Amino acid sequence: MPAYLDAASGSPLHPVALAAMNAARDDGWADPGRLHGAGRRARLLLDAARESMAESLGARADEISFTGSGTQALHLAVLGSVASARGPLDPRRTIVHSAVEHSAVLHAVAAHVAAGGHAVEIGVDSLARVDAMAVLAAAQAPGAAAVALQAANHEVGTTQPLASVAAGLEGSGVSLVVDATQTIGHGAAPEHWSVLAADARSWSGPAGVGILAVRSGARWSSPLPGDDYEYGRSPGVPDIPQIVAAAASLRAVQATQDAVARRHRALIDRIRAAVAATVPDVEVLGDPLDRLPHLVTFSCLYVDGEELLRILDARGYAVSSGSSCAASTLVPSHVLAAMGALTSGNVRISLPLDIADEQVEEFLAVLPGAVATVRQALGAAGL
Amino acid sequence: MTPAPGPAPALVIDCRGRRCPLPILDLARRIAEVPIGSVAAVDADDAAARYDVPAWARMRSHAYLGETAAPDGTPRYAVRRDH
Repeated sequence: MPAYLDAASGSPLHPVALAAMNAARDDGWADPGRLHGAGRRARLLLDAARESMAESLGARADEISFTGSGTQALHLAVLGSVASARGPLDPRRTIVHSAVEHSAVLHAVAAHVAAGGHAVEIGVDSLARVDAMAVLAAAQAPGAAAVALQAANHEVGTTQPLASVAAGLEGSGVSLVVDATQTIGHGAAPEHWSVLAADARSWSGPAGVGILAVRSGARWSSPLPGDDYEYGRSPGVPDIPQIVAAAASLRAVQATQDAVARRHRALIDRIRAAVAATVPDVEVLGDPLDRLPHLVTFSCLYVDGEELLRILDARGYAVSSGSSCAASTLVPSHVLAAMGALTSGNVRISLPLDIADEQVEEFLAVLPGAVATVRQALGAAGL
Repeated sequence: MTPAPGPAPALVIDCRGRRCPLPILDLARRIAEVPIGSVAAVDADDAAARYDVPAWARMRSHAYLGETAAPDGTPRYAVRRDH
């Protein structure tokens, strides 16, 4: 029985999302900024989706803006939190971030630095967790404008000490920018943030919807040219059918979230134990307990990760890899590098909502042979 | 880059142009050519070697001594054979 085990990269649209999208196509095509009937009907759909999303994320409706993707939400979250500090006289120009943030965050930080801003990167331990005290120490230095921290790591699943960082930042005037693009739909939404980014892909919504949430009173201003839509935070007429689908999908996923997370958690526990027991010379990475429920990563010694992916794909199993042994990616995963983990022979598994126990068991039965095949081709036997 | 990677290597393995995981395979095949306590070095231009050589040393209980550069500027990663 084949299995799609790369849900963190993308999932089929949730049936509820698909139904909502089709329904919203009839009434949601007009410009919601117009006053005619068609515009008002579109506006009603958009407002309802915003209310629903706000409730799902623990925010106020006017704190929610829809963006064109999760990546764009991350870019805007980071750059907007320092955009008002770009003037040469403003001393607040530093972004503090962990070494294992999503590349979208790191790219936004790089753009800020290229524009004359500053950044401080905080390293992580071997589980990929950042030390809250180290983050707070950097955030207390003069010039700190924002801390950018993920709720959980996208490659190894380890959760970050968001609550401790949020508590330490309280009253400091330093913004907390939270990347929740991997978390929402798999666990409780983070409570404490100044700015939050989410991605509808993490709850089986459409790929073209991200969420940028900005707390009332938070220090954020758009890094982009001005525009009237989405409270001036995300330019352009929003794609209402897709947004309606994203909001409906999150509602549906959250309704069964706890039960699904329990099932996922047990399956990942099973995978972690079985991989460590049946694959020689393997390191199962990330925190075994404080982690995303549906995701695990491991690295196999003397294995070309891309070749292993190809063999698994031929057997019907879709997984992803942070390795860089193929010509397509020249740089190994910055997450694995920051952890001091083996970057070659890397496999990430992320479970879809409807994964069956049998699919996991069959994958676990196939994996050791697939690893052995790659090692044999490399002449690695006995090393 | 670590400035002082310990004693001069007893063996330098040329892994230029070899993509991961080949540099650590080469190292695993040849580490026994140096006496216990001596240093084997890998000259590798593959970006993964910077992380994979230390990870290999940790997984195989040898000591990673750090990174320097070969005369042509290629990164050189030194490992002390510990057993």
